[in-house]
Amino acid sequence: MAQTFSLMAIFKRDLLIAFRNRGELLNPLMFFLMVASLFPLAVTPDPKFLGLIAPGIIWVGALLATLLSLDLMFKSDFEDGSLEQMLLQPQPTLLFVMVKTLLHWLMAGLPLTLMAPVLGVMLALPEGGYWPLVFSLLLGTPTLSLLGAIGAALTVGLKKGGMLMPLLILPLYIPVLIFAASSVQAGVDGNSYTGHLAFLGAYLALMLVLAPVASAASLKISIAR
Amino acid sequence: MWSALKRLYHQLGSPKWFYEITSRWSPWFLWIGSTLMIIGVVWGLAFAPADYLQGNSFRIIYVHVPAALLSQSAYIMMAVAGLVGLVWNMKMSFVVGKTIAPIGASLAIIALVTGAIWGKPTWGTWWVWDARLTSMLILLFLYMGVMAIYNAIESEEMANKAAAVLALVGSINIPIIKYSVEWWNTLHQPATITLTKKPTMAPEMFIPLVLTIIGLYCWFAVWVFARTRNEILWRERRTKWVKSLLNTGANH
Repeated sequence: MAQTFSLMAIFKRDLLIAFRNRGELLNPLMFFLMVASLFPLAVTPDPKFLGLIAPGIIWVGALLATLLSLDLMFKSDFEDGSLEQMLLQPQPTLLFVMVKTLLHWLMAGLPLTLMAPVLGVMLALPEGGYWPLVFSLLLGTPTLSLLGAIGAALTVGLKKGGMLMPLLILPLYIPVLIFAASSVQAGVDGNSYTGHLAFLGAYLALMLVLAPVASAASLKISIAR
Repeated sequence: MWSALKRLYHQLGSPKWFYEITSRWSPWFLWIGSTLMIIGVVWGLAFAPADYLQGNSFRIIYVHVPAALLSQSAYIMMAVAGLVGLVWNMKMSFVVGKTIAPIGASLAIIALVTGAIWGKPTWGTWWVWDARLTSMLILLFLYMGVMAIYNAIESEEMANKAAAVLALVGSINIPIIKYSVEWWNTLHQPATITLTKKPTMAPEMFIPLVLTIIGLYCWFAVWVFARTRNEILWRERRTKWVKSLLNTGANH
């Protein structure tokens, strides 16, 4: 009972902090928008061609925006010392990490998912692509948060952590990227995309079990210094 | 049997013992490996028949396949070493894990470069986004991540553990990455060697390949031993046995 209570307290506290610093919450979204709008400028504004590459652009943009927001996960708590205090509490680090991951998804993955259809319109994504885009983001971004938590936990105490994180985490994001982008492509082509989504779901289920163990262990290693 | 294994495990945990035993093993591995390598390479390059489709360009497999194979198993070795280190807090295991990372990365680079050289005459292009090329490239990225974490973290103990966690996470994801990339795109020919099926290659092409693979494994062992012994000397530089070892070495 006391455990759930303290986890709820952390959850509420973090949400409160997030909504008092709304700017930080908006940064990944702005980044997402800007990256997506660079492509028409760089490649071509021709809607036919943009529609072809839109699934890939949107997913790569979402992936990079998630990566950018991972720094927020533990950093400020580490800097003011509260992370150490939270880890000293009797509740398992595993649960703490899961709460933090959920918070990250609520602040990064979910807004990105909601914003993606707008970018789809801007990039002339063909009609059939919207539902698979939303579904794939809904199933894929939690996995990105879960895997990202490992990287955030490993680099939390490091000065050069920002550059290191993409190197550690991006290779692990590749399966999500492949299946998510191809589900959107399948939707655009009018094919069934449930198989791709099933794979995303399976990967999410697997990482839901395994990733918090790794991030809890990494967090303990990083804090132990 | 069990107690002998246990004793070996505890001996392996001792840097001094590891240093001494590997300096005795290294020449053996070096000689056996070099002999196999020379026989395999000369046989493969000069005497094996040319492929009826690819001509002589297929001969690069005597470098390419062993390097590709070994870079993958090296990652697993690194992850296992990390697991042993994390679970039993065994120092030597971390040392071995650290020394494997750059070796595995260089083997992955060799496999990629030789693959590109082979791809030019065969596929007509240096690089294609084929499943196996791509997963080899991702394997290289994973190695780079592990090496980067060693560079970024100053505290040795923390770097060891962090890299071990990362190697483990990577090893769980490697099969997933491999299969997702495979479903995504396949152009590469199917695996040359599988343990369960009879080789599809002619035996006079196949035997030299096996020799070069075993030879490279031996060289890999020599390479790992040499780097590990260097690392041991560095980490144990304040201990008595290293000081006396280096002093007697200087007197010779």
